[in-house]
Amino acid sequence: MRILIVEDDPHTATFIAKGLAEDGHTVDQADNGRDGLFLATTETYDAIVLDRMLPSVDGLTVLRTLRGAGNATPVLVLTALGDVDHRVEGLRAGADDYLVKPFAYAELSARIDSLLRRRQSPGTETTELRVGDLELNLLTREARRAGRNIELQPREFRLLEYMMRQAERVVTRTMLLEAVWDYHFDPQTNVIDVHVSRLRAKIDRDFDAPLLSTVRGAGYMIRDGAR
Amino acid sequence: MTALGKLFGATAFRLALAILLLSAVGAGVVLTVIAWEVVSVVDREIARTIDAESQGLIDTFDNEGIRRLEAVIEARKREPGASLYLLTTPIGEPLAGNVDQIPGEVLLHPGFLPIIYRGSGSSERGRQALVGVYILPGGFRLLIGHDLGDRARIGGVMVRALAISLVFFAALGAVGALFVARRVLKRIDDMNTSAHGIMAGDLTRRLPVSGSGDELDRLAEGLNEMLGRISELMAGLQEVSDNIAHDLRTPLTRLRNHAEAALAFGGDAATYRQALEKTIEESDQLIRIFNALLLIARAEAGGDMGPLQPVDIGDAAKSVAELYEPIAEEGGVALTVRAEAGLKVRGNRELIGQAIANLVDNALKYGAPQQGAGGVEAKPDVVIVAGRTGDSVVLTVADRGPGIEVADRARVLDRFVRLEGSRSRPGSGLGLSLAAAVARMHGGAVELEDNQPGLRVRLTLPAADDPPQSKAPAELVLNDRSAR
Repeated sequence: MRILIVEDDPHTATFIAKGLAEDGHTVDQADNGRDGLFLATTETYDAIVLDRMLPSVDGLTVLRTLRGAGNATPVLVLTALGDVDHRVEGLRAGADDYLVKPFAYAELSARIDSLLRRRQSPGTETTELRVGDLELNLLTREARRAGRNIELQPREFRLLEYMMRQAERVVTRTMLLEAVWDYHFDPQTNVIDVHVSRLRAKIDRDFDAPLLSTVRGAGYMIRDGAR
Repeated sequence: MTALGKLFGATAFRLALAILLLSAVGAGVVLTVIAWEVVSVVDREIARTIDAESQGLIDTFDNEGIRRLEAVIEARKREPGASLYLLTTPIGEPLAGNVDQIPGEVLLHPGFLPIIYRGSGSSERGRQALVGVYILPGGFRLLIGHDLGDRARIGGVMVRALAISLVFFAALGAVGALFVARRVLKRIDDMNTSAHGIMAGDLTRRLPVSGSGDELDRLAEGLNEMLGRISELMAGLQEVSDNIAHDLRTPLTRLRNHAEAALAFGGDAATYRQALEKTIEESDQLIRIFNALLLIARAEAGGDMGPLQPVDIGDAAKSVAELYEPIAEEGGVALTVRAEAGLKVRGNRELIGQAIANLVDNALKYGAPQQGAGGVEAKPDVVIVAGRTGDSVVLTVADRGPGIEVADRARVLDRFVRLEGSRSRPGSGLGLSLAAAVARMHGGAVELEDNQPGLRVRLTLPAADDPPQSKAPAELVLNDRSAR
């Protein structure tokens, strides 16, 4: 995938570029808003990582200009400002996701993957999700594994649904908190881990091949033939 | 500046002087008006007397002729305290009377007028008199006058009274001004001295209060309150920086030590890997603390909260409880939510959720019952109750833990304050202060109460609408072990 990084801090830019290149993406870089806007409009990218605070033209202006010109490339906005209102402002300007500095690279990587996937399968309404022998019926809200019914709480169902939609991709704890609970704060304790381990107990315990695995230092992944 | 110069320069002195001047002018005006009134009353009285006397004399002339009139005048002028009389021929030759010199034109027109005259045979200077001039049949002129000595005496009395009162006013004013100025000046000097003492670094010093409750006292009290608040803030700042030093220095030191140790004793890739993972973990904790501090600082600076939206506190409580429920279950704690329907506040859902999450997190972390306390083993439960009280939505989170001593309750809401024994446990000491800061941002408050046993934290937020008719609370038991 081709990704544009617009970031004025060379250290952060290199850090992101290196990571994305290692993930197998092709990376272009711009260190100010004007160059970034130029590249974004003249080239075609699969995703853009955009810093909020940029010299010459600031990030949100770049974003609004892009969206105004009908460019729908997924944009992940980076910011040093952790305030809630800035988050909302960024999303309103047309950002697809928002990440506060400093962040773990795994977090950025997982979120970029999520954006890219969303772009690949736009608007495909599925009624059933499947990973290996695990099936999730979105209409009847039923989960079955190897033909056996699995009882899930509504919240567990949403957790599993989100992870299965992101199958074979890392989902981080904050992504889960955002997607399932719609909260963006830090819950201080390992609540998400406990929720996931409960879910894992339900879907993996009685089966030989585990589907849900922990990705060290990043989060979780659901896929056929994990471990 | 000399003491005297300071005195004359003082506002109080100038004010006293101005008041003195004004009251002196006032007294002068009053006395002048009185004098004027008295004089005009006297003048009218004299004119009436003259008129009455002239009537008698004119009657005498009409009935008995000019000779008889002359005789009557001659007789009357000899009486003690007599009026002034002058009877002349039509061409002005005196026939009778006791007036020698009067301005000639006085006799030309009838009517009243004041004149200067000289008495007959006297060499004294002219005296003032009010005279009435009458023209008798045949052109004889009759002048009757009254000396105005009495009037002048009244005037003199008035002038003396004015002078005396002015002197009195001046003396009184000067003494008053001196007294006020010295008293006020002394107190202001005292305040100034104290202020300089405080500026020099003695922050415990306060401005003197005389106890009279006057404006200066009120000013001093106000300033003292301000100084109290400032030293409170300074103490808070001091404590915060001490705590920051502790809470940030500890992970920073650990961070550095781990990195250094990894470098020095090195070894295989696994060791390096472990050291780096540790480093990331420590820096995440630091970032967490910074974020919390930032939010609290923003709340304390009265910063804006971002987009406001209606938030249902009952829903927020349920959603947070659902989030923490597995943790509660792991600890064997029953987490219960009792919330009325329709508990709307206007606010930031994210911040309110975080505040509630912090309260629940605290209750789960520190709310375990003490072993063997009070004989009866308390059930380890955490109860969240959301309801409405008047104009407020109230959410309480109650645990069965050791609770918090009354003396410590206000303190734990401060940043970084962690009670004895909890410093070793995970947590930044910012949870409660963050919740309190969020409450303050929304115009609410966080209070700590005794749950007997345990701690009950009360989060109060202003309700967004009018009180609805009371509804039975819907109970949601997430993890009640007794139900199994």
